[in-house]
Amino acid sequence: MNIDPRPSVIAERLKNVKRVIAVTGWKGGIGKSVTAATLALLLAKRGYKTGLFDLDFAGASGHLVLGAKGLFPKEEKGLEPPVYEGVKFMSVVFFSENKAVPLRGANVSDAIIELLAITQWGELDFLVLDMPPGINDAALDVMRFARGAEVLAVTAPSLLAHDVLERSLELYKKLGVPVLGVLENMSAGTRAKGADAVVRRDPGLERALGRPAALLGTAFAADLARAADKLGITR
Amino acid sequence: MHEWALAESVIKSAVEHAGAQQLKKLKETGVLFGELQAIDKEIFSFALEELRAQFPAARDCKFKITLEPAAFRCKACSHEFPLKGLRKTKDEAEFIHFVPEMAHTFLKCPKCKSPDFEIARGRGVSINYLKGEK
Repeated sequence: MNIDPRPSVIAERLKNVKRVIAVTGWKGGIGKSVTAATLALLLAKRGYKTGLFDLDFAGASGHLVLGAKGLFPKEEKGLEPPVYEGVKFMSVVFFSENKAVPLRGANVSDAIIELLAITQWGELDFLVLDMPPGINDAALDVMRFARGAEVLAVTAPSLLAHDVLERSLELYKKLGVPVLGVLENMSAGTRAKGADAVVRRDPGLERALGRPAALLGTAFAADLARAADKLGITR
Repeated sequence: MHEWALAESVIKSAVEHAGAQQLKKLKETGVLFGELQAIDKEIFSFALEELRAQFPAARDCKFKITLEPAAFRCKACSHEFPLKGLRKTKDEAEFIHFVPEMAHTFLKCPKCKSPDFEIARGRGVSINYLKGEK
């Protein structure tokens, strides 16, 4: 007999989280992390109790978007995520000293289960998950453990991103995972084929990375706030 | 004491599995501590005692903790090696204590220096047996 006890407490850890928003996208480099982190900042600014969990272990970058440095969770009947700019933030970078995290799939899954089992999120209106690209261990684990998680699918104006996205949406439909909508990032205009909301390309975004106040002042954040309203994240 | 969260998972899981196996009374639970995660036995046991009140089915259960030595197998060169002798700082040991997979960030195969190894045994906390009355 070998029982992994950790999954038994994951529902307990998430029981006071009202909504889990999984920011996914099936290609790398389309702005998932910037979207997830900025969405978390916007929600916190609007007074919602918000958490952000960076599940992209290989390419963790939520801390760079937020400019979060020198943080570490507090040990208290598990780990309490540090609060940064009103957002409870958890990331593998707290444990990796900003070094590479070379994990195979099963190890990724083990690390996700460990962090889900020991992280005490407390009461949250929203937990935003910054997902790694593709359908992999992180995506499957979120579907397994965070039942009721709603997908915010990010895409970019490229044939490749759209085609891959269509396949993924079909899969989510089959699996019964609710999809909030498709957000076209880096868009050239205000309308995009196959997208439910649009965030326009913002040349000023790169300069604002790492500075939450500046980030919230970008055209990117304004578009994202409108998209969040439109997609029913905020009403 | 993040051990508390893992102790809760052990007691909750033991009670649930005892229920699934239709054990009326849970008498003993075997807990394995993987050497890699270096869980503090005293804190863990203290947490279990505190949690017992919330889980009446485990009120009289004895938790028998055994240390499982860690064993690694390198995927690059197939070398098998133990934890002893692998160098890590105090901070690195603490990060591995929280998330054992950080071993791949801080530890290397002593023979070929690859971080691509398998944790064959002794990773973290698990339950290896349940004893009770049917």
